[in-house]
Parts: sequence; structure tokens; C-alpha cells
Amino acid sequence: MPEHKVETKNLNLFYSDFHALKEINFKADKNTVTAFIGPSGCGKSTLLRVFNRMNDLIVGVKMEGKVYVDDKNIYKKNVVVDELRKKIGMVFQKPNPFPKSIFENVAYGLRVNGENNKEFIADKVETSLKKAALWDEVKDKLKKSAFELSGGQQQRLCIARTLAIEPSIVLMDEPASALDPMSTAKIEELIYELKENYTIIIVTHNMQQAARVSDFTAFFYLGELVEWDTTKTIFTNPKESKTQNYITGRFG
Amino acid sequence: MINKRIQQTLAFGAFRIVSFLVVAILFIILGFIVVRGFSVISWEFLTSMPEDGMKKGGILPAIVGTMCLIAGSMIFAFPIGVLSGIYINEYLTDNWLKRFMRTMTNNLAGVPSIVFGLFGMALFVNTLKFGDSIIAGSLTLGLMVLPVIIRTTEEALKSVDDSVRLGSYSLGASKLQTIHRVVLPIAYPNIITGLILSISRVSGETAPILFTVAAYFLPKLPNSIFDQVMALPYHLYVITTSGTNIEETRPMAYGTALVLIAIVLFVNLLANALRRYFGKKVKMN
Repeated sequence: MPEHKVETKNLNLFYSDFHALKEINFKADKNTVTAFIGPSGCGKSTLLRVFNRMNDLIVGVKMEGKVYVDDKNIYKKNVVVDELRKKIGMVFQKPNPFPKSIFENVAYGLRVNGENNKEFIADKVETSLKKAALWDEVKDKLKKSAFELSGGQQQRLCIARTLAIEPSIVLMDEPASALDPMSTAKIEELIYELKENYTIIIVTHNMQQAARVSDFTAFFYLGELVEWDTTKTIFTNPKESKTQNYITGRFG
Repeated sequence: MINKRIQQTLAFGAFRIVSFLVVAILFIILGFIVVRGFSVISWEFLTSMPEDGMKKGGILPAIVGTMCLIAGSMIFAFPIGVLSGIYINEYLTDNWLKRFMRTMTNNLAGVPSIVFGLFGMALFVNTLKFGDSIIAGSLTLGLMVLPVIIRTTEEALKSVDDSVRLGSYSLGASKLQTIHRVVLPIAYPNIITGLILSISRVSGETAPILFTVAAYFLPKLPNSIFDQVMALPYHLYVITTSGTNIEETRPMAYGTALVLIAIVLFVNLLANALRRYFGKKVKMN
């Protein structure tokens, strides 16, 4: 039986009066890639931010139901949010490097979590940049500003930054939507490789991307999880007509 | 079609004239003071005590006094202002308390400087018994510029993109770490702008120091923060309006004004260099 990395039970989420997520029951297994698809405003990014409690930062968010990561309820009172976020990395829609050097960007997560050992940090920076397929491009300019990198490189730097803190889950919120096709291809390749060691959930508007990179696909519509199955089933033989219509481009 | 173009030409022509006029006024004032004041500027004028009923000698105690007041007020107001700005922008959520604090800060900025002077006299000079002193004057000036520093800090923080905050949180950083390591370094250059603005104001204001620190004639340098000092703007006022021989001291008044402007200009350049330094550091570090 596969291990459930992430699980929600009867999850409901409200932004003030707006019912953004309705009775979501979802599971993601270890070392799989799940794609969240659906039209804008359907709640997929909101659900993604439930898993690392980013919604805590938004005023007026109310939640009902349970959310488990590694079989632990992450919304229990005694959960330290900083610790939780260390286990669950996040890559954002637009590359958001810190105004620091390339090296310091990757080292940041280690430093804020109390790591001071120089050799360890240098080592970790190198392996993380290698994992993110960026090392060869930046190894001679680690002290240069992260802003000197191209958009695609910046996004891979953000992935390296996330990998450095050794999360077991990586959340990606449309990680390639601001990138050109070449950079997108690199990111997708990377996702494929990362699957070996990480559980990945990716929000995407790009159907081909979902089909290419994911093992499972979940389709959301107006706050509901309409259908959730293997990617192959969703794209070849969906049960719901809404899913069928969406993936064939008839609405959304 | 032609009508539209003529309109545009006329409009932008008018804008241009007005803009140049503003710059021209600045240059006229500067030129006026440089031309009249430059002849009295000498090493002696800058480094000696006033003599003979302020008709002769220099303005050293006023220069030193103004420097003391700039330093004193900034030591007090800069940290408090920046910390308040951080609190209001980063910690308060958008509720009545935040709006209240904002409104009050704005109101504080609108209080006339003479009222700060009276308040400083009542609180620092009399109630706290500091007497007419550098510390009383510095605190009064500091209070006056607090809102400027708070507002510029707030604006500087507000202009920092939220995505870097989220990026930092997502790596397990605490709020304090995020502010300290990511947000503040980005905001520093703009926070320094607040420092520049407030130093310019502190060095030029007369009303707040009138009852709290400024001496009419005191030909010696201060020994402690409880001493009175002369200050450039007040000295300028004195030798222009109530000296022993106003006509005779007129050139010295222009010289004093020139020194005051030069100090403000120098501090601005210094702060600008600081701004550039931090700006560069942000990108490189």
C-alpha cells in the first residue's frame, strides 16, 4: 500500500464569505507528481497553499476539516509553522529570488534554520544547484547577484533554494507560466527527475504540461474537486463531462 | 487632428515652463546667497568664536551646535521612527488600530513646529528639568521629524514585493528573520531618504529650538549634552533682526546662510552615497 504524503479530509475553506474550497478529499502518494488543473479561481492554488499553511498569512481565511502531512494533522495547535514549511518546499509562479548573491539565495534556507557550518552550507549549495540543473551555468559566478540570471535560471535557482532545505514535498504554483518554452522544458525535465526523491504537487494551466509531467491529475471547478485519477485516465477517459469539456478546451 | 496636436504642444510647453521656473527659483536663491555670502567665508569665519557683539569673528559655536542637534535628534528619532514604521507596516493587520496609528502619524506631521517648541519647553526643559540644553533641543527636533521617518519607512517597506516575503516564509524563515534578512535590505535605500529629509528639516528649523536649546550669544563650545548651544538658523535670525548693528552684520548673515545650506547639501550628498552603497549591497550580498 502506498504511503500517503498529503491528505485532506472534508476540507472547506472560506475567504470571509466566499466558499473557496468545498468538501475536498484528496491524497497524494509518496514520490508521485500530481497536477492540479482547472480554470482560474477554481481553488487549486488555494489548496496548494493549504499544505504549507501559506493561507495563514491571509486575513479572513477560515478552514474546516483536516489536513495531514505524513499522517500528522498540520493544523493542530502545537504545530510550529516554520518547521512545517521546512518540510514542504514551495516554488512560486514568478521567480522570486532574494536580493542576494546566487550562493546566498540557496544558503538562505539553511541559515534561517540555524545552520552555521560553512563547509556544510557550501556543500549543500553545490548539490542543490546540481539537482536543479543550474550548477554548470552559475558555478563561476556564485557571488554575483541573483538578478543577473535569466528568468528561467532564476526559477531554477528558486527550485535549488527550496531543495537545499531538504523538503520531502515540493509545491509548485504554475512554476513555468512566466517562462519561455526552452526554460519551461528544462523545468519540466527537472520535475521528472525530482520525482524520484520528492512528492510533487504542481498547479498548471497548461494541459500538455500536466499530461507530460504528472502521474495523477486533479480537476477543480468552482471550489470543488470534480475528478481525480491517474493522468492517463483523466486525459483519455474522464468520468465527468466537465473534465472532458475542460481538457478538450471547450471551456475554462 | 491639428487641434489635438496644438493642444498638446501648448500643454507640455506650459508644463515645461513651470518646471524650469521651479528649478530657476532654487538657483536664484542659491546664487543670491553664494554671491553675497561668499566674501565672508574664510577659515577664520568657520573656526572662530563670534566677537564684538557678533560683529566680528566667526560662527564656530553655531556650526558645532547645529551638528550636535542633527546628531542628537537623529540618534533619538531614527531608530524609533524606523521601528515604528516596521511595526505599523509589517506587524499590524489592516484594522482600526493601523488606520488610527496612520492618521495620528499624519496629524503629528501637521503640527506646526512652534508648537513642538512649546511642548519641548514644557516637557523637556521644565518638567524633566533638562533646562535649555542640547538634549532638550534634540528631543524636541526628534519628535518633530518622527512622522517623516515613520512614513518614509512605511512607504519603503510597502514597496517591497510580497513575493520575496512569501519566498522567505516558504523556506521556514520566521517573520522577524524575513524582515531582518530580506525585507529591510531591500527597503534600506528608501529608508535613508527619510533620514535625508529629516536631517534637512532638523538643521533648518528655528522654532523648535527657540525655547529649548538655542543661545543668543554663547562664544564657547558645549561640554555636555546639558549645555546650551548656538545654532545656525537661530544665529541667522539673531544677526539679521536683533544684533547690535544689523547693517554691519548683514554680510555675516549671508555667510551663515551659506554655511547652513552647505551643511544640508553635504549631509544630503553623504546620505545619497549611503543610499547608493546600500542599493549596491542589496544586489550583491
